[in-house]
Amino acid sequence: MDTYRIAAGAGFAGDRIDPAVDLAERGGLDALVFECLAERTIALAQLRRATDPQAGYDPLLTARMRAVLPACVRNGVTVITNMGAANPLAGGQAVLAVARELGLPRLRVAVVTGDDVLPWVQAHDVPLLDSTDTARSLDGRLVSANAYLGADALLPALQADAHVIITGRVADPALFLAPLMAHFGWAADDWHRLGSGLLVGHLLECAAQVSGGYLADPGVVEVPDLARVGFPLAEVAADGRAVITKLPGTGGRVDRLSCTAQLLYEVEDPAHYLQADVVGDFSRVRFTPLAVDRVQADGASGHPRPDHLKASLGYRDGFIGEAQISYAGPGARARGELALHVLRQRLQDSALPHGLSGLDHRAELIGVNSMHGPGLGVDREPHEVRVRLAVRCTTRAQAEAVGHEVEALYLNGPAGGGGVTLSVREVIAVASALVPRAAVQPRCILLDLEGGA
Amino acid sequence: MPNTRPPADRAATLRDIALVRSGDKGNRATLSVIALDPADYPVLERLLTVERVQAWYAGVVQGPVQRYTLPGLAAVHFVLLDALAGGVTRSLALDAHGKTLSSALLDLPL
Repeated sequence: MDTYRIAAGAGFAGDRIDPAVDLAERGGLDALVFECLAERTIALAQLRRATDPQAGYDPLLTARMRAVLPACVRNGVTVITNMGAANPLAGGQAVLAVARELGLPRLRVAVVTGDDVLPWVQAHDVPLLDSTDTARSLDGRLVSANAYLGADALLPALQADAHVIITGRVADPALFLAPLMAHFGWAADDWHRLGSGLLVGHLLECAAQVSGGYLADPGVVEVPDLARVGFPLAEVAADGRAVITKLPGTGGRVDRLSCTAQLLYEVEDPAHYLQADVVGDFSRVRFTPLAVDRVQADGASGHPRPDHLKASLGYRDGFIGEAQISYAGPGARARGELALHVLRQRLQDSALPHGLSGLDHRAELIGVNSMHGPGLGVDREPHEVRVRLAVRCTTRAQAEAVGHEVEALYLNGPAGGGGVTLSVREVIAVASALVPRAAVQPRCILLDLEGGA
Repeated sequence: MPNTRPPADRAATLRDIALVRSGDKGNRATLSVIALDPADYPVLERLLTVERVQAWYAGVVQGPVQRYTLPGLAAVHFVLLDALAGGVTRSLALDAHGKTLSSALLDLPL
């Protein structure tokens, strides 16, 4: 029976590299997919590109490719990744540089562009989702706008038989759905099979989160050999049914619990999972254990794709000044609360420089209430607490003043404070909007060492 | 799987029969509650009403709570609206993703 073996090589930009190398070497794979773009990653990458035209792709691209390309080329594994971020073309050239260094002169790289809709958004304006504003309200602060391309944007690259396909913003599961469509010849309106392929993509896109990562709760949910947790792979059949598994000898677990937890992760209505290629229906998905760490996934379906594409708009949103200090031993909590009281009072003091008074802020105790506010679990007496103050500021100078107030607790606060840390960061926030499909024009550019771009 | 029934000397909580995972979507949090043993699914469906979950997260979740029941998966799934202080990218929270919201629910008495 014809099965397509596809695996996750990364579930986020900072993911571990070794499990991907293991899969490239002994996974018997057809494709290895690295999903590395979080919501605001492109906006941050766009800022880097603005200062350096050759930057803007994922900073770990070179390290990941150096690690996996030898085995992928040797074993005929197609590499697919959105590590192109804000500059897929420069990313493609960086992959070629790795190929040259590794002695892989015939490596073909396909670059997929077309997700950048910033000019379109600036020309047409669009309403922002979950807001009464439109994109115009971000005028002067907007740094990026990228549509989530669908699997169709990757098909020319797959047909060109590229070894590495590098994209910017693409709907995460489409990175997996595209090679399945290309391999099995699924039609772009075969909603049932696209829904099944979407399920495979969704289960794999967060890598170890389906194979035992983010699951262990000692005494309740045990995960064997978590330190060496393996990344998942799917064996997909032509009808879209799939077996989710991982390599023998790796840590982790693949079973009903791990698969169900990932199935529902970041999905709103499981019967209507809106994606660029298909509206997935996961409400009747079944997970059937076949053997240890082998689960059959089926029952997914789909409805016609939405008319619009989702786009993420990155914009400058001021600064956050944040600082922390610890108190420990008997009375730690009371001293931490006194420190917060002092900080609040100093924040309210309009005579402070830089006008911190009245700014949106959080003043809390790590170890007591920093996660869930005042309502949950605050009755327990901790051995140590960490005071945390975070303030939304309009200028960097204001944000720096936040840290100064916390640091000043050394000489001007309660007894026994220690371990101050300070940070100031510029906030690049992200808003979402819908854009018509006509706003994007996906292109595929083939690169190799002989012909260049 | 270990036997996860609670010892006789303490009251049973959600942690004895389910795992919970949260995720983020803009300013919304998702919360998936999955029965460790599918036979306990009816308990989850009965226990985890919209009202109960809304009340449990009072002060954290500013918007309404939506619930989806998935008996075939032995899971009850929630979407918590306006739960992430403006969303991951601009939140002042230490856990901007609301990842730890999941663990807070484990204390819910059965």
